[in-house]
Amino acid sequence: MTTMSTPNGFALDNSGRRVVVDPVTRIEGHLRLEVNVDDDNVIRNAVSTGTMWRGLELILKGRDPRDAWAFTQRICGVCTGTHALTSVRAVEDALGIEIPKNANTIHNIMQLTLYVQDHLVHFYHLHALDWVDVVSALRADPKETSALAQSISSWPMSSPGYFRDVQNRLKRFVESGQLGPFRNAYWGHPAYRLPPEANLMAVAHYLEALDFQKEIVKIHTIFGGKNPHPNWLVGGVPCAINLDGTGAVGAVNMERLNMVSSIIDRSLAFIEQVYIPDLLAIASFYKDWMHGGGLSSTNLLAYGDMPALANNHSNDSLMLPRGAIIGGDLSTVHEVDLKDPEQIQEFVSHSWYTYDDESVGLHPFDGVTDPNFVLGPNTKGDPSTRIEALDEAAKYSYLKAPRWRGHAMEVGPLARFVIGYAMGRPDFKEPVDATLRTLGVPITALFSTLGRTAARGLECQWAAHRLKESFDGLMANLKAGDLSTANTDKWEPSTWSHNSRGAGFTEAPRGALGHWVEIEAGKIKSYQCVVPTTWNGSPRDPAGNIGAFEAALLDTPLHDPEQPLEILRTIHSFDPCLACSTHVMSPDGQEKATVTVR
Amino acid sequence: MIDGVGASGGRTLVLGIGNLLWADEAFGVRCVEALHRRYALPETVEVMDGGTQGLYLVQHVQAAENLLVFDAVDYGRTPGDLMVVRGDEVPRFTGAKKMSLHQTGFQEVLSAADLLGAYPARLTLIGVQAGDLETWGGPLTPEVAARLDDAVTLALEELASWGIAAIPRAAPLEAGSSDGLLRHGLDRAAYERTDGLSAASG
Repeated sequence: MTTMSTPNGFALDNSGRRVVVDPVTRIEGHLRLEVNVDDDNVIRNAVSTGTMWRGLELILKGRDPRDAWAFTQRICGVCTGTHALTSVRAVEDALGIEIPKNANTIHNIMQLTLYVQDHLVHFYHLHALDWVDVVSALRADPKETSALAQSISSWPMSSPGYFRDVQNRLKRFVESGQLGPFRNAYWGHPAYRLPPEANLMAVAHYLEALDFQKEIVKIHTIFGGKNPHPNWLVGGVPCAINLDGTGAVGAVNMERLNMVSSIIDRSLAFIEQVYIPDLLAIASFYKDWMHGGGLSSTNLLAYGDMPALANNHSNDSLMLPRGAIIGGDLSTVHEVDLKDPEQIQEFVSHSWYTYDDESVGLHPFDGVTDPNFVLGPNTKGDPSTRIEALDEAAKYSYLKAPRWRGHAMEVGPLARFVIGYAMGRPDFKEPVDATLRTLGVPITALFSTLGRTAARGLECQWAAHRLKESFDGLMANLKAGDLSTANTDKWEPSTWSHNSRGAGFTEAPRGALGHWVEIEAGKIKSYQCVVPTTWNGSPRDPAGNIGAFEAALLDTPLHDPEQPLEILRTIHSFDPCLACSTHVMSPDGQEKATVTVR
Repeated sequence: MIDGVGASGGRTLVLGIGNLLWADEAFGVRCVEALHRRYALPETVEVMDGGTQGLYLVQHVQAAENLLVFDAVDYGRTPGDLMVVRGDEVPRFTGAKKMSLHQTGFQEVLSAADLLGAYPARLTLIGVQAGDLETWGGPLTPEVAARLDDAVTLALEELASWGIAAIPRAAPLEAGSSDGLLRHGLDRAAYERTDGLSAASG
């Protein structure tokens, strides 16, 4: 290939210089991106590769389906709870188990808590550094910073002395030469646009958010029994509720419920007085940087989540809606059915797996995970030591290519918000319209890297409000005397049919997550997970459709291909989840992406 | 210490980190499980399975006066070699160019705690040189599994040097007991068992 058009409407040209961004870690893995740039350093071709195989499906075969959540919880260190909930739902669906009202509400509370924490941490601790130049904050005037902060928010921590203290702490880090978590970034890159004062304000809030997120997670500890790794249960939730108790071990009592209530109020205050004002302030400096839209203006998918009514998984009940938008037609939200074999299918023509017939896709109930690492004839470099460039005409990723009715789809906060908007739901439409008005940008601005980042912030705020409502609902139900938290009627395998299949769904913070299970003779016969980053990071399919990461990178100008900040900015806006296991320490402690340009 | 009882009177965190589903990556978590099964520790000591929680562990590190970490490491030694690394030798820096929040290294957790102004007064890493970090669903390799008890012994010595005495339990806790740390379906015996797993799948 030199130039070609994809069926989903993108023009690709891989004739220009190739830029490769690849994390260097002891463990092979994670995400690798290769792009071709033209003579003006504009991206004309993009190749997204998951370089690590995660065969969870094989680990689960033959195990007790009631234990599956504990295994799936370990797939990922950040989204532990959402995998556990998806697994529990898949098994409950297969076995025909209905859960009590309190269990459903507590599931929603756990999930909404995850949203609040994960979105906040993602914004400040991964993504903000793509927009905020930390080193520039050293040049800020604390008085001016204070004036800026007070002009956009009533958040009390905004005095000149406070910002001076933060600046001094930062200075100590920079002078010690280690830079802490801020090491190895592209400080001073011309693509950073904030004045030093805005950078200092953002650094202060980076630290505050880091400190505050520990409060949010206490909700998980209270309802999940422990943290990290809360407990889950097929048929309900494993926490007993005893309103009259005074600190009985493991029981949720009034004292703890009051603590939850207080944490929710403080989270809401932090989001509305810190996160949202910061987001708007940062966005106002970048609103003409409208790159990174990719598939978002055409194809979006959400499975929905947080049923308001227990065991009702229709859109009448789901607080986060389910649906698909195709071809950018916001007048029609298509119905999505996880069990329909014609809808969700995974292809492997460009993935390091084998099917008997790779021209077709397989529904997850019929999924096959048979690894097959082969490189195409146009691979450059030495395959056994250092691959310089992959051959995207052949197999090039350990991610499969999931498609909805044959379409490549974007999933995540932007997909959910656009779907909610298209359905006319006021809790999605009103905040989106208000944000667009504040920034003075048209609705098309949503379909961009910045739009994705803004949707995540609005969703964090949405989640905190739903969290408060869900908690109030739980309290009302408990006070009405319903203390039931689990349905154990079908706990014993002797009550199960010989063979059954079920699909479980959630919306993980980063997008639609599905688990499909087949149970036979009391054991797991097959298990397939399709995770959000497989949708977004997907390689090409047999028809040549490119995935969301690949599409989002196209047409983005790089200021300097040796320092591809713009690539990281767009990929981070998806909140990718590829590997959770890179804590392994080496003597130099390095963990960074390398960039090679050829 | 503000309360005047000395450093050993502060809170101590014994933290195992790593991914249970990933061969020798499981070492850190298996160590805290082994320690907890056989020994009771004073109330000021928390024994924690940190999994791969990354940045979400920062508050636990912040709260710790003394921090003992078990982990699989890669120092280019022979698989199974145990290493004890203290204080500033435990690296605490990492890069900001990572692709994913899920790549947060423990180094970054330490530096984040430092940035927040609460770095442990005592920090010790007990690491094992991993042999296999690649096999999903794989067990601990024999070389690494053979060092679990030695790692626990090293931890007891380190804790003793901090003035913390572990009390042997009359009988080891059962796997899967209602006790928090062991309450999951992934204890080592259950995870690594191979019997019967394929029978139902055929």
